[in-house]
Amino acid sequence: MGGVALSLLLTLLGLLLVTFVIGRVMPIDPVLKVVGERATQAQYDAARLAMGLDKPLWQQFLLYLGDVLRGDFGRSISTGHPVAQDLRRVFPATLELATLGTLIGVGVGVPLGVVAAARRGGWVDQIARVVALIGYSMPIFWLGLMGLLLFYGTLGWVGGPGRQGIIYDGMVPTVTGMILVDSVIAGDWSAFRDAFSHIILPASLLGYFSLAYISRMTRSFMLDQLSAEYVTTARVKGLSETRVIWGHAFRNVLVPLITVIALSFGSLLEGSVLTEIVFSWPGIGQYITKALLAGDMNAVLGGTVVVGSCFVALNLLSDILYRVLDPRAK
Amino acid sequence: MQHRFPLRALLMATAVAIAAPAALAETPADTLVVAAQIDDIISLDPGQSFEFSGQDVVKNLYDRLVDFDPLDLDAGIKPSLAESWEVSEDGKTITLTMREGVKFHSGNPVRAEDAAWSLQRAVKLNKSPAFILNQFGFTPENVDQQVTFEGNRLILKLDQPYAQSFVLNCLASEIGSVIDKETVMAHVEGDDLGNAWLSTNDAGSGPFTLAAWKPNEAVQLAAYADYWQGAPAMQRVIVRNVQESSAQRLLLEQGDIDVARNLTPTDVEGIAGNDKLKVVDEMRGRILYMGLSQKDPLLSRPEVVQAMKHLVDYAGIEGSFLKGQWKTHQNFLPAGYLGASDENPWSHDIEKARKILTDAGITSGTVKTVVRDIPEYVNVAQTLQAAMSQVGLTLEIQQMTGAQVLDAYRARQVPIFIGEWGPDYADPNTNASTFAYNPNNADDAKLSQLAWRNSWAVPDEMNKATIAATLEGDTDKRVQMYLDIQSQYREIAPIIPMFQKIEQSAMQKNVQHWTTGGSVSSIMYRQVTKE
Repeated sequence: MGGVALSLLLTLLGLLLVTFVIGRVMPIDPVLKVVGERATQAQYDAARLAMGLDKPLWQQFLLYLGDVLRGDFGRSISTGHPVAQDLRRVFPATLELATLGTLIGVGVGVPLGVVAAARRGGWVDQIARVVALIGYSMPIFWLGLMGLLLFYGTLGWVGGPGRQGIIYDGMVPTVTGMILVDSVIAGDWSAFRDAFSHIILPASLLGYFSLAYISRMTRSFMLDQLSAEYVTTARVKGLSETRVIWGHAFRNVLVPLITVIALSFGSLLEGSVLTEIVFSWPGIGQYITKALLAGDMNAVLGGTVVVGSCFVALNLLSDILYRVLDPRAK
Repeated sequence: MQHRFPLRALLMATAVAIAAPAALAETPADTLVVAAQIDDIISLDPGQSFEFSGQDVVKNLYDRLVDFDPLDLDAGIKPSLAESWEVSEDGKTITLTMREGVKFHSGNPVRAEDAAWSLQRAVKLNKSPAFILNQFGFTPENVDQQVTFEGNRLILKLDQPYAQSFVLNCLASEIGSVIDKETVMAHVEGDDLGNAWLSTNDAGSGPFTLAAWKPNEAVQLAAYADYWQGAPAMQRVIVRNVQESSAQRLLLEQGDIDVARNLTPTDVEGIAGNDKLKVVDEMRGRILYMGLSQKDPLLSRPEVVQAMKHLVDYAGIEGSFLKGQWKTHQNFLPAGYLGASDENPWSHDIEKARKILTDAGITSGTVKTVVRDIPEYVNVAQTLQAAMSQVGLTLEIQQMTGAQVLDAYRARQVPIFIGEWGPDYADPNTNASTFAYNPNNADDAKLSQLAWRNSWAVPDEMNKATIAATLEGDTDKRVQMYLDIQSQYREIAPIIPMFQKIEQSAMQKNVQHWTTGGSVSSIMYRQVTKE
């Protein structure tokens, strides 16, 4: 396990280094964001000096690394707040959304993929194919707006953009930062219902996109298994089709599937920027993108460390589960 | 049986969506809920804040010595924390008498000492907006001597006998906010004059206190019950960051918000038939202009400058993609400003442009424009491109992010710039000094003036006239001076003002007395009611 930990640490370090260098060579001037359009050259120079941008790149990086190790990501120039504080606020928002999205994606995508494989060419398979195709090809931006228009604007079934209704804003004490969880902790069920009504649409949308991927992968893993010899043996032995599929083939699919799900979850954690914008969801994807466009490197680096750590943790987790589930890996 | 499973799951997901509660239909009666793009806020320190949304917040947390009446912006500057003022005979000393009995949110009394310290602090802090005060000869070194107090009087010693209107207009801007010295001094870190703390906290005496600010998410203000002009009707003001116009429109139509501030012309048109909603139009100070860099061999020819003024399709652009949100305006002073001109002599006239160019022997040429990736700007550029092609000129359009464009512009590397300029304070000098003033056109001067950024060596007489207008004590004469400068400017300047912003705020019918501050000020909430 020591080797794994070391390689994870090196991965994170490499990630930081690459992001740092990209940030510094980007054709955006971070000082301008601080001093604004009206500043004189003297104010500009003073700000540049204060930001330490006059030092050589390697020195800037070492200084930064030292701060990070102390848990200090510096102050964001685009929000005025310490980056660590910003991240504590935006990350739970994304985590909550991505978790629910993945649950929906797995809950629907896996069974859909299994059945599509079992009844290859049947109507469920056809539907699954169309569902996946739409999921791949439809712009998430447009689908989100249409969803809002229909379910919020016309039918009024769900809450609008934002994480909460206005009167619930700040009502539930922050513990985890995930409003669904916090309202359960506080025992405030009306706040929970409100938060749920706001999250269900963007989460379903993300869930849909991940189910399109997960169901396709599940289907292809299943097809591999179903053509394997042990399945034929099982069938010859007279096992029911249900037991063959769920009891034998599916168990073997589970192993590679975990990696797929982990990857999909990871991508929802960093890639749901458009969803976050359409739904005014103040999450980490939106945070990093805005910071990037503003040349706010402290925020970008802080965000990258968090998302990168998540990927690393997910990889580790799927590795462990792999060992647990696959006897050959032991 | 197993093939039914996914169907059941799908049905269940739908059932969950249906079972979720319906959205709230109405906002609380004592709360004003606004949807706006507020992701530009960097700091709430009055000495630093210089972005639109940040100033909107500062305006309501703090009082200034003099200010605008939200219900009568045209009346101009009125007393606020300063009850009265007098100017010395030589015109170089202004003494303001402070109102008695006003309290900061902390409960501390508002004193002349706080007012003096606030101005000194802003000058010493020396962030972007500091130049507004520095215009009166204040520097971090001398400000302690130039800005002083005696009892309940604040004394400003100026280096020149500036027009009283000029000084007061500048004091009314956000950097003139009076800050609670005692409270801030308790939060100073090193030599930051409380900047870090004030960036996210409030120490004012304004009609609202800061309840919460979550960057890119929301700003919440709470009514200050002891406000000296009476507590505001709205107990809470919540400004939510909603980026998308269509999302703002949905929230408004559903009754989840009271006001939407950033609807596109299409969405404004879309709610026209809704009898629960209304749209309030207000002229704002922002000018959409085109800068022609005088470094470019083609653009530096006076004939090309003249021709360009006729290649812009003002009426066509105003009537199509800028519909209702920009108005043709060919002067650098926005309507609503002292001395603003309403003359718009240029019209879209391809033939005239062609004649000017052929007379000068120009039949072809290529120029580049670097445009910020905002649809309006890109559309303006493309319209211009089409018109230019009709007279043999080629326009290459390059799109960039705002930060990139600004970077290039500040380095004088943009041949044709298309973008906005918002006034920094409520006095005509704000735009005159940036559009029509450039005392040093050298590359290493590194000035922030627009004239400099376009490498335009402003004629000496215009530079002098711009300075002289700040010293003219007679307001009528001062107005005439600005009209003259603008008239000459229209003749020769290679920086072409084209449109002035109209802000369309869409809101529920029951919202009354809404104002975004017109062309001279920022948004004010204290007079807003819901009936």
